[in-house]
Amino acid sequence: MIEIRWHGRGGQGAKTAALLLADAAFETGLYVQGFPEYGPERMGAPITAYNRLNEAPIRVHSNIYEPDMVVVVDETLLKSVDVTAGLKPGGKLLVNSRRQPAEVLADFPDFGGEIYVIDAADISIRTIGRNLPNTPLLSAAVKLTGILKEADFFTNMEKAFAEKFASKPEVISGNLNALKDAWTAAIRINE
Amino acid sequence: MSVKNRMSGNEAVANAIRQINPDVIAAFPITPSTEIPQYVSSFKADGLIDTEFIAVESEHSAMSACIGASAAGVRAMTATSSAGMALMYELLYVAASDRLPIVLAAVNRALTGPININADHSDSMGARDAGWIQLYSENAQEAYDNMLMAHRIAEHPDVMLPIMICQDGFITSHAIENILLEDDGPVKKFVGEYKPHKYLLNTEEALAVGPYSVSPFVIEMKRAEHEAMKNAKQVILDVSADFAKTFGRSYGFFEEYRMEDAEVGVLLMSSAAGTAKDAVDKLRERGVKAGLVKLRAFRPFPNDELAEALKGLKALAIMDRSDGFSATGGPLNAEVRAALYGKADTKITGYIYGLGGRDIRVEDFEDIFGELADMLTGTELPYCRYRGVRE
Amino acid sequence: MDKKNLMEGITELSPWTDITPGGFVYGSGNSESFNTGDWRTRTPVWKQENCRQCLLCFPVCPDSSIPIRDGKRADFDFGHCKGCAICAEICPFGAIDIQTDGEGADE
Repeated sequence: MIEIRWHGRGGQGAKTAALLLADAAFETGLYVQGFPEYGPERMGAPITAYNRLNEAPIRVHSNIYEPDMVVVVDETLLKSVDVTAGLKPGGKLLVNSRRQPAEVLADFPDFGGEIYVIDAADISIRTIGRNLPNTPLLSAAVKLTGILKEADFFTNMEKAFAEKFASKPEVISGNLNALKDAWTAAIRINE
Repeated sequence: MSVKNRMSGNEAVANAIRQINPDVIAAFPITPSTEIPQYVSSFKADGLIDTEFIAVESEHSAMSACIGASAAGVRAMTATSSAGMALMYELLYVAASDRLPIVLAAVNRALTGPININADHSDSMGARDAGWIQLYSENAQEAYDNMLMAHRIAEHPDVMLPIMICQDGFITSHAIENILLEDDGPVKKFVGEYKPHKYLLNTEEALAVGPYSVSPFVIEMKRAEHEAMKNAKQVILDVSADFAKTFGRSYGFFEEYRMEDAEVGVLLMSSAAGTAKDAVDKLRERGVKAGLVKLRAFRPFPNDELAEALKGLKALAIMDRSDGFSATGGPLNAEVRAALYGKADTKITGYIYGLGGRDIRVEDFEDIFGELADMLTGTELPYCRYRGVRE
Repeated sequence: MDKKNLMEGITELSPWTDITPGGFVYGSGNSESFNTGDWRTRTPVWKQENCRQCLLCFPVCPDSSIPIRDGKRADFDFGHCKGCAICAEICPFGAIDIQTDGEGADE
């Protein structure tokens, strides 16, 4: 079982990314869960979303406390949220950041797992035209889980976007380009 | 044919409604069940159903409209949660007393106050004496399957009682999970057409519904309602058996998980049962004879069957996701103990857990099983206490 | 409309198994079979010699107990008249007297 925790702010699409990741994994034949931790939602408030991906049916219905991977959609959360809490020692941390690797690394002196950085804002502005970091982060997260081959992922997502954006097809190609650019954009910044 | 899909519990219930294509839906939005009427409105706008959707101004009116529609002779449904269900309370009793087979998709949420939007069972537990059949669902699949069975159970001539299909707010209502959806054709065939015996829109025969009843009649009417709820037991089993034959998934009054030789067990309802099953498996790996009973039918209450399933246990934990404020324990605790009274020597303790969406983990259940093991070696545990509360 | 009373046979002595589901009342107009006349403690007496058939009395009767036949009122329906005396109050010609119990004929 792969367990993933997403940290973002209300309105940034962390929940949507978790649901899209569940969709993508479902297409590969995996059993999936994608769920947000709900409260009184407010734009900008810290929110958490979760994924479980497994080869057998998933019965557990609690939140995830010891994830294999954590995705940080908004690095301003690092000041207030302990994003690596419970993250498995050999786990993966994916941070959306425009800062230099050394600066990001300095934020996690005690985490011994793999740390990746991606400038999702830059990718989304170039491809979609707005800062919508969740689409590039989804792509990078899928690659890090290793559940899908590149080509299969893009084919699945093209189908998913066609449904999701049926009323505004003009945004489909931008989103697909964001996925493609992001596939190789997450860089590991530690050894 | 079953088709693999993935969706939230709310979407699953909405798809069941799409396939059932009821005549009337009257609903008012309330978190976390809002998505259900929202999906249904889209289905209607897209021409996928020809349901009359009545956008009412309150849940009191939603249930009133359902009562009117059902008395008129058509299939009526609604969805609600928490304070919405509370606002229906007066009409819940009327629907049951009038013997109207209304179907309610309940998405369990804490009943205010303090105001909170997350899952617990205080809303439907508050309606437990209203005369409604109540089935509880562990996940999206069960919520979907229970919806497909709801009309057949409620509309059976021996029953004619309203039914609520419950699932846990957010935990399953808003979580994307794998599900097997059935094709529309077989579902429609399974659910069938509703042919009411007596109905207001029958031009051949006049009818008065819900008349004032003087004392010489009320107790006789309640006795008949009591009988209908008793009859619901066999009908639930029969419809579930036909469902298993048709779609391959089996249901009864409750699910027994690894109970064959179990010595310690937990009894609970809905989404936490899945989490508890993982704990049972872990304990089994350690050689502990752990088991679980997940109650599906709380109304009617399967008294004797439950006693039979539980009486082999040496120690049992009864888990309530609501506090009945009896100052002793929750409603499940009281009723399950009553079922076992005089029939078993099982040591029993109760827990109140998960109020207002407080998470319960596999580790919590491992602890609970550990406490049950302590009971077997002589530790006295209280009648009931809170689990997962800061102390 | 079919006035046949389908509820006949259900009384305050009926066992619960004979009560209709939900207490539904089958058929219509069955209040006719419910004799409210014996609630009466005062009784109207129609003095035909004073009556001019102005028909002001029948619409005010709350129990529809003044029958109209061929455009004229007939004698009271004492099976349902509760003796409220509104008819006597409205009659401009003193054609309705009210007798209290024991003073005159009852039914």
